[in-house]
Amino acid sequence: MMNLSRSVALISLFLLPLLTFSFSVDNPTDRRVLVLLDDLSLKSSHSIFFSTLKSRGFDLDFKLAEDSKLALQRYGQYLYDGLIIFAPSTERFGGSLDSKSIAEFVDSGRDLILSADTSASDLIRGIALECGVDFDEDSSAMVIDHSSFDGDHTLIAADDLVKSHAILGKTKIEAPVLFRGVAHSLNPTNNLVLKVLSASPSAYSANPSSKLSSPPQLTGSAISLVSVMQARNNARVVISGSLQLFSDRLLRSSVQKAGSPNKYEKSGNEQFVTELSKWVFHERGHLKAGSLVHHRVGETDEPAIYRIKDDLEFSVEILEWSGKSWEPYVADDMQVQFYMMSPYVLKTLSTDKKGLFHTSFKVPDVYGVFQFKVEYEKLGYTTLSLSKQIPVRPYRHNEYERFIPTAYPYYGACFTTMAGFFVFSFVYLYHK
Amino acid sequence: MAANGSPKPEPMAAKKASPDLLNSSFSFKSLKLKTKQQELLLRVSILGLVYVLAFIARLFSVLRYESMIHEFDPYFNYRTTLFLTEKGFYEFWNWFDSESWYPLGRIIGGTLYPGLMVTAALIYWTLRFLRFFVHIREVCVLTAPFFASNTTLVAYFFGKEIWDTGAGLVAAALIAICPGYISRSVAGSYDNEAVAIFALLLTFYLFVKAVKTGSLSWALGSAFGYFYMVSAWGGYVFIINLVPLYVLVLLITGRYSMRLYVAYNCMYILGMLLAMQIRFVGFQHVQSGEHMAAMGVFLLMQVFYFLDWVKHQLNDTKLFQTFLRITVTSAILVGGIALGVGTASGYISPWTGRFYSLLDPTYAKDHIPIIASVSEHQPTAWSSFMFDYHILLFLFPAGLYFCFKRLSDATIFIVMYGLTSLYFAGVMVRLILVATPAVCLISAIAVSATVKNLTSLLRTKQKVPQTGSAKGVGSSKSSSKVTLDQSQPFHKNGAIALLVGVFYLLSRYAIHCTWVTSEAYSSPSIVLAARGAHGNRIIFDDYREAYYWLRQNTPTDAKVMSWWDYGYQITAMGNRTVIVDNNTWNNTHIATVGRAMSSYEDEAYDIMRSLDVNYVLVVFGGVTGYSSDDINKFLWMVRIGGGVYPVIKEPDYLVNGEFRVDKGASPKMLNCLMYKLCYYRFGELVTEYGKPTGYDRARGVEIGNKDIKLEHLEEAYTTSNWIVRIYRVKPPTNRL
Repeated sequence: MMNLSRSVALISLFLLPLLTFSFSVDNPTDRRVLVLLDDLSLKSSHSIFFSTLKSRGFDLDFKLAEDSKLALQRYGQYLYDGLIIFAPSTERFGGSLDSKSIAEFVDSGRDLILSADTSASDLIRGIALECGVDFDEDSSAMVIDHSSFDGDHTLIAADDLVKSHAILGKTKIEAPVLFRGVAHSLNPTNNLVLKVLSASPSAYSANPSSKLSSPPQLTGSAISLVSVMQARNNARVVISGSLQLFSDRLLRSSVQKAGSPNKYEKSGNEQFVTELSKWVFHERGHLKAGSLVHHRVGETDEPAIYRIKDDLEFSVEILEWSGKSWEPYVADDMQVQFYMMSPYVLKTLSTDKKGLFHTSFKVPDVYGVFQFKVEYEKLGYTTLSLSKQIPVRPYRHNEYERFIPTAYPYYGACFTTMAGFFVFSFVYLYHK
Repeated sequence: MAANGSPKPEPMAAKKASPDLLNSSFSFKSLKLKTKQQELLLRVSILGLVYVLAFIARLFSVLRYESMIHEFDPYFNYRTTLFLTEKGFYEFWNWFDSESWYPLGRIIGGTLYPGLMVTAALIYWTLRFLRFFVHIREVCVLTAPFFASNTTLVAYFFGKEIWDTGAGLVAAALIAICPGYISRSVAGSYDNEAVAIFALLLTFYLFVKAVKTGSLSWALGSAFGYFYMVSAWGGYVFIINLVPLYVLVLLITGRYSMRLYVAYNCMYILGMLLAMQIRFVGFQHVQSGEHMAAMGVFLLMQVFYFLDWVKHQLNDTKLFQTFLRITVTSAILVGGIALGVGTASGYISPWTGRFYSLLDPTYAKDHIPIIASVSEHQPTAWSSFMFDYHILLFLFPAGLYFCFKRLSDATIFIVMYGLTSLYFAGVMVRLILVATPAVCLISAIAVSATVKNLTSLLRTKQKVPQTGSAKGVGSSKSSSKVTLDQSQPFHKNGAIALLVGVFYLLSRYAIHCTWVTSEAYSSPSIVLAARGAHGNRIIFDDYREAYYWLRQNTPTDAKVMSWWDYGYQITAMGNRTVIVDNNTWNNTHIATVGRAMSSYEDEAYDIMRSLDVNYVLVVFGGVTGYSSDDINKFLWMVRIGGGVYPVIKEPDYLVNGEFRVDKGASPKMLNCLMYKLCYYRFGELVTEYGKPTGYDRARGVEIGNKDIKLEHLEEAYTTSNWIVRIYRVKPPTNRL
């Protein structure tokens, strides 16, 4: 009876993540998203963006940022898998939310879309700073560009996008992306954050309504308009300097870059935000690795220890999440290291197109505690950092050659000396 | 030559060995059979008592604490012995240990002296065969006392060989309780030296016996003794250099004989071949500079033999003189060229640093900080000679006098052994151990000869009228002294007074030895004891607490970084992988750890990440006043780290050449990893009544940095008396 009830409890424990449609290792796409707005009118002014999310199956929970019942978790469990903060002017969140709890939300592996705008509050700047993004300190400053604009010089028509299929999808975004908002720069010591949409070299950040008294702090392509950050636990964050970027007005707007003959019926915004939201909510570029499998050539079981100069086979299964199911991941740049303080062997893995990456190599002539290491850091993809420890021992005393052909003269010398000594002793002792 | 004609019947026991005595003792044989039996009974019972005494004197530590392994190296020996008994000899021989020296690993079978482990395992298997189901730990704990007892037997036979049975008995008694030997052979001190001293003395005894008799079998025995010694301890280098030196001295003093030729050649060749079977030693006997003296003397011996033969063939002395000159010159030339070519081509390795530091005590200090940092490698203080030898220190010169009075091949040997080993004992504290048997033997000669002279003085006075004729047989100096003494009647009282003095001294010696054993040498140093305010004993069992915490609470593949002193204990008791341990074979690896400990936290973090460190363990005595902690060892970490990585500079940690931890300490010192880990949260603690918070009792100062923040590490465990502190290395921050 005891056993039965215990096993039932165990089974239900395992089933629990499957029963709830939530973010998990097996189903990494976010499902429940909290949207924080500082004005409920945003719900209608940004309805296209929200409805694309809804149509992809997300469960959006709209809340006012000042709502006093705001909470990200209850009883130690997170209520949401993703968070969209479209509340640039909010000075304080209601309820138990603050920048620290949002940082913890990201550190627990959950995703965030944060949008600032001109006159962004210190709270929003603080959250961005936690993710390695510095907004321009001047709260009235905007990005101004006198060469890449559409009509107004503060309405930037940006087309300097990051080249990554994982982040922005396979179809190229043809039309420029319209942007009106505040500039930010990236923390140079943080190598997890990167620019997705950069300003043109002629852009600068200043207050458009006043005359420039000193050279602007942020200029040119150092300015980032939209950035993403993938944390070490693969939580993803999008930080945009413009809330209007997501708005229906800019999504539907036509665009013609100043001085350019190309006029587009529709700006690139819709495609841009849709693809970006797919990336940030793990519908794309999310990899999963099985365990590292290795064994001697001709064997199937993993040994506890290798000997130097053993031939071994190594394989690892890597799958990509397509948004609905796990598909085999195909790439030709997956590498494995046989590592002890430095890589002794570095091999590119070949794939069978079914997700299995494999190679074989000879253990180097060095003993020690080695590691199989797969360090895969590809732009936009989940960082894979897998390692498995395996000791390598030298030869046993009976694994050396018993007789070395080159040493036969020595063996001969040895035995002839012995024989000679015997004969000599015999003759010396018994021959008068 | 060897007859001293004393009235005591000891020479009879020696008659088998020296036929000279046959004549003098033969007449006694039929008359005093009963006396002889009594004497034998007495001798055997004395030896038996000494045997038992040597064992039980070493049991203080078991009674005081418990049956446990002591100190640092014995834990490694215990771990390997355990492995040997569980997995068998071949697994042990081929053991590649991936739990130490991460990630390099260590080939245990090829880098240790297996003699001790094999001995203990054999005892264990024998006991099990006899149906005594003991735990291997008990065997390991009691191996050292058992071999100390055996050493007393060897000392008896050795003493008998170089002087007489009386000296042998005294030597056995002296060595049984000599603190210099007890310090390394108390129960629980399961180290190589425990069996090595036995092997050393046995080899010497058998070699002296072989030289004396010229017998191949004794020389073979000596070669086996040498093999056992090589398998047990690196100190065998002492034998392989002392024996050739001895032979050389005999050659120079014109004591060359066929006996010597047979003994040395047999012992050297067979000993060398046998020693090569130990993997750790391998081809060193033919390839290393430390062993070249033995080979040189071996060749010299052949030259001597050859010359002897030529001299025998040539009757012309003048011709022989020229021949001698040519042969000796060419032999030296050939030897010199061979040595030069061997060294230049790298076939013969030069002397190692350890060897240099033995010959020149200041060498290690300047060149090899890792050797100089070990406390037992420090030059010996005068007080420790007094402490370890007590009256032997005064008896030793007297014994030398007696040895010179009666020079023979055997006494020359013991004199040379005594003098060379005493020099080495002065260079390194731990080598007092090697000198101890020689000091005991020579002192025993002094005691025995003096007492014998004095008693014979007393006896002859009474017996002169009756046994004058019987005395006539003996013709040594003692009897001539006796005739001289008859004219001075008050010498009898003087002799009695001197005898009483000798016994008083010897009893003081026994008391001293017991006291030293119980107070100083029976501490396991893994469990510390202190006296409380009311005189009660306080036990600090923090080490084992910490190691068991590691064993129970950390992942099995966790890597622990600590200073190398604690490596063996962590692997043996904590069962976790360590970065460095007491087998200091890789200086760079140790220097890397030293560098991490003496860097700022963020620099240290990079080093620790590169070594996959999960936990950092430091030993801290600031709360208990335990002085051999990591802060006091810290300068050695800086020196060893700086020896390989010049970015670490010793002056950065000192203020005007002074090592401080208080407010006046250098900023680098106050912020380095070791300081932070030792004193983390220590600033909140009141350690002593009437002192400010953060008062370090080991150094007697208030610490200089009370507000320590750790960024990349977090406190995982601190033992009840703060002696061991364990920190967990945090993974890199998620968003930076």
